[in-house]
Amino acid sequence: MSYLSLTERDREEMLAAVGVASVDELFRDIPASVRFGRELDLPPALGEQELTRHLEELAARNVDTAQELSFLGAGIYDHYVPAIVDAVLQRGELLTAYTPYQPEMSQGVLQAIFEYQTAVCELTGMDVSNASGYDGTTVAADACFVAKHATGRAKVVVTEATNPQVRQVVKTYAPGFGLEIVEVPHRGGVTNPADVRRAAADAACVIFQQPNFFGCLEPAPDLAAAANAGGAIAVAHVDLVSLGVLEAPGAYGCGMAIGEGQSAGNYQSFAGPHYGFLAARDEFIRRMPGRIVGETIDTAGERGYVLTLQTREQHIRREKATSNITTNQTLLALAGLVYLSWLGPQGIRELGETCMALGEYAKERLSDAGLELVFPERTTFKEFAVRVGRNAQEAVRSARARGVHPGYALGRDYEGLDDALLIAVTERRSPEDVDRLVDALAAP
Amino acid sequence: MRLIFEKSQPGRRGGELPRPDVPPAEVPADLRRSRPPRLPELAEPEILRHFTELSTRNFGIDTGFYPLGSCTMKYNPRVNERLVMLPGFRDLHPYQDEDGSQGALELMWRLQEALIEISGLHACSLQPAAGSQGELTGLMLMRAYFADRGEADQRDTIVTADTAHGTNPASVTMAGYKLAKVETDARGNVDVAHLREMVNERTAGLMLTNPSTLGLFDEHIEEIATIFHEVGALLYYDGANLNAVCGISRPGDMGFDIVHINLHKTFSQPHGGGGPGGGPIVVRETLEPYLPGPAVTKVGDAYRLDHDRPKSIGKVRGYTGPFGVFVRSYAYIRSYGPGLREMSETAVLNANYLLARLKDAYDLPFDRLCMHEFVLSARSLKREHGISALDVAKRLMDYGFHPPTIYFPLVVPEALMIEPTETEAKETLDAFVDAMIAIAREAEDDPEVIKGAPHGRPVRRLDEVKAAKRAVVKYGFEDHVGLAGDPAEPRQLEAQKGA
Repeated sequence: MSYLSLTERDREEMLAAVGVASVDELFRDIPASVRFGRELDLPPALGEQELTRHLEELAARNVDTAQELSFLGAGIYDHYVPAIVDAVLQRGELLTAYTPYQPEMSQGVLQAIFEYQTAVCELTGMDVSNASGYDGTTVAADACFVAKHATGRAKVVVTEATNPQVRQVVKTYAPGFGLEIVEVPHRGGVTNPADVRRAAADAACVIFQQPNFFGCLEPAPDLAAAANAGGAIAVAHVDLVSLGVLEAPGAYGCGMAIGEGQSAGNYQSFAGPHYGFLAARDEFIRRMPGRIVGETIDTAGERGYVLTLQTREQHIRREKATSNITTNQTLLALAGLVYLSWLGPQGIRELGETCMALGEYAKERLSDAGLELVFPERTTFKEFAVRVGRNAQEAVRSARARGVHPGYALGRDYEGLDDALLIAVTERRSPEDVDRLVDALAAP
Repeated sequence: MRLIFEKSQPGRRGGELPRPDVPPAEVPADLRRSRPPRLPELAEPEILRHFTELSTRNFGIDTGFYPLGSCTMKYNPRVNERLVMLPGFRDLHPYQDEDGSQGALELMWRLQEALIEISGLHACSLQPAAGSQGELTGLMLMRAYFADRGEADQRDTIVTADTAHGTNPASVTMAGYKLAKVETDARGNVDVAHLREMVNERTAGLMLTNPSTLGLFDEHIEEIATIFHEVGALLYYDGANLNAVCGISRPGDMGFDIVHINLHKTFSQPHGGGGPGGGPIVVRETLEPYLPGPAVTKVGDAYRLDHDRPKSIGKVRGYTGPFGVFVRSYAYIRSYGPGLREMSETAVLNANYLLARLKDAYDLPFDRLCMHEFVLSARSLKREHGISALDVAKRLMDYGFHPPTIYFPLVVPEALMIEPTETEAKETLDAFVDAMIAIAREAEDDPEVIKGAPHGRPVRRLDEVKAAKRAVVKYGFEDHVGLAGDPAEPRQLEAQKGA
């Protein structure tokens, strides 16, 4: 199957117009020695029906969260995605457009990004948001780059209770940025502001996660204050769906708010594509990476939207740009906007309350069944760590044999937690689902 | 058109989620949200209408011809959208155990194998999220490779062409390298004499697009590769223009050591108004140890995620990569099979046909056969009639076409960079030619109609200078002060634009 339109007759007419005898002649500028002398060794072409069958067979060999009762989270969450998100994303005018370089052709996408920026700023308490970054890890690297240039400092502090995926990506980017990465340990599941204060003294920024990787609520205002006291920019890595109940980072002194947008409107999709968001206070607007949409007027004085502050960007500023990003995650950010509009202020508050209440219920039931919480004294949001009394990966295997995926084995990332599972409970799980989890974990 | 926030009514709501009968949990007072976020309050029907109206104010490939040079705006098959929504793909968690994700891992492995064959290299990482991240990853690989050889401090410079995408120099800076720029010669190739002057033992590598952003295949590519390899430097292939050469010439055979492939271009990921994309990199054997993880490996009949790579540069993106992009591009490759060659041949034929029919009406800076795209110039129109490339672009909208890329590459004044792709019908190409020729005539007869364009879009020409001057980048609710009241600024030329 192919998606080509030319007929044999079209081809002949077109070759004649070009003035060549064959398609092969079109490639005469390619030296013979670098011409590919055989057919590509790829499996034969498939028609639509055969292609569908092939991919259905592959998909059937995966165990998705509809087949297995899943409590996996650790940064990617099984929240409900309403049908209206799918419907909007399949509008071809939005789906098959590209970056709105020509604003008169792209008012739909531009206005949607402007609305997305507004929603992200409203949730995070920031002044400006970009149109999206790749995911929740790369926006952390972006934030480091902004902070380095804003402060002139060459050290970045990241809390150990920040998602290990985020920490790993920041470390990969650091040498090119000329940055040293310092980690601040957690103490009993949360970060101590005094530790942050010491580390922040010569740091460009302090990145912490709220709620953190363990699901625990950090003393976020104190961490931000400790960062600011050292002259470092406080960067909160947050979950958008928590911000109906948790305070906005802008309200407690953060300079930037970043995060993984997946939980707000994107499917899990084996990790992507999703969107990262990056929002900041006004003072950083000219150092922001990526696309930003601004309001303007047309020649008739009517309101419209354009890509703005483009002199930050690679296509204008080249080696002096604030980032190399061009293709971003606009479609997934659009999904986020549709989802947040569908939730509204009341829905996002209720969602947060439900996740917290279900989490508390799960912790209580597991404790009743004799399992020990890793950080029993902490308040958590939708996710928490529990000791399962044996190797956590073994516990995962035996629970899966009962049709339950009980969560993420923390020993992969943290010493001393080989017997601990990170369990996520979203609004898609019912109290009865939680009871099944307890049964599966309490079983021998 | 009103913003969704301007349609909001207190107390209205869209969806509702389950509220299970369990005791409420309290957020400590000092961490609790102090003021509710002002998200829109609308019922679902009005939300859908809002976004439907937005879509009518937008133009995609589904709407019409979109010859945006260097962006490869080809048809996005609808079957791929259905396949990506299969629950086994859509609802799969990245931390599902390997035995519960064999189908996904097999798909990724098969895609890796196909990209290795297409690029003529040895090993693949699907991790990078887009072309520019692929570039940065490639440069990180160079750094790791040279560090391993004790040459990290010695090799501090990357060479790029003056025709390069802006991402190339930006990536060089982000990777901590110095930049050297090689010029273009009179035939549109890299100026080899200039290149010889600047390449030495301080050079880490070259970043090159081939065919170039001029749409020209570099006739000296082997000599260029030799120049770099002789001093121990590496060659990076910016795969933005791979759509020209699938099955015809492979970057590995041209002498490149590292390649990124834009899945969203060559292998048809819907561009989504700006993204997502996918930027896998494929490398020679010597660079494999440094690839970002995890890679998918095949052990017997099983597929595994290999995290055990002690020399890896580390992760460049979270988890297993943008999997939905992999599904679509894998499906696209499987629908062509070895016929990918015909895909590229048709893309090149379409471009040459447009070029042949347009070169008398516009200036042609390099009169050669082109590859999948070509660059015209509106320099004469500008000089003789005051009609710029920007004006031509805006007027094309009135004829129902998305404009080409303009003012890029930078080496061509008043550039119009046109890439038709292989999925267009001859009638579409003919209609575009007719429009371009009609605009060239209008420049003589009625230039004002062009300068006032577009006339048929939801908005007239928009003022980008004003937007940048006082950046209004979010809605301010009851305190919102828009730009409509601001005094007019003198009209200035719009900044350069590239894809």
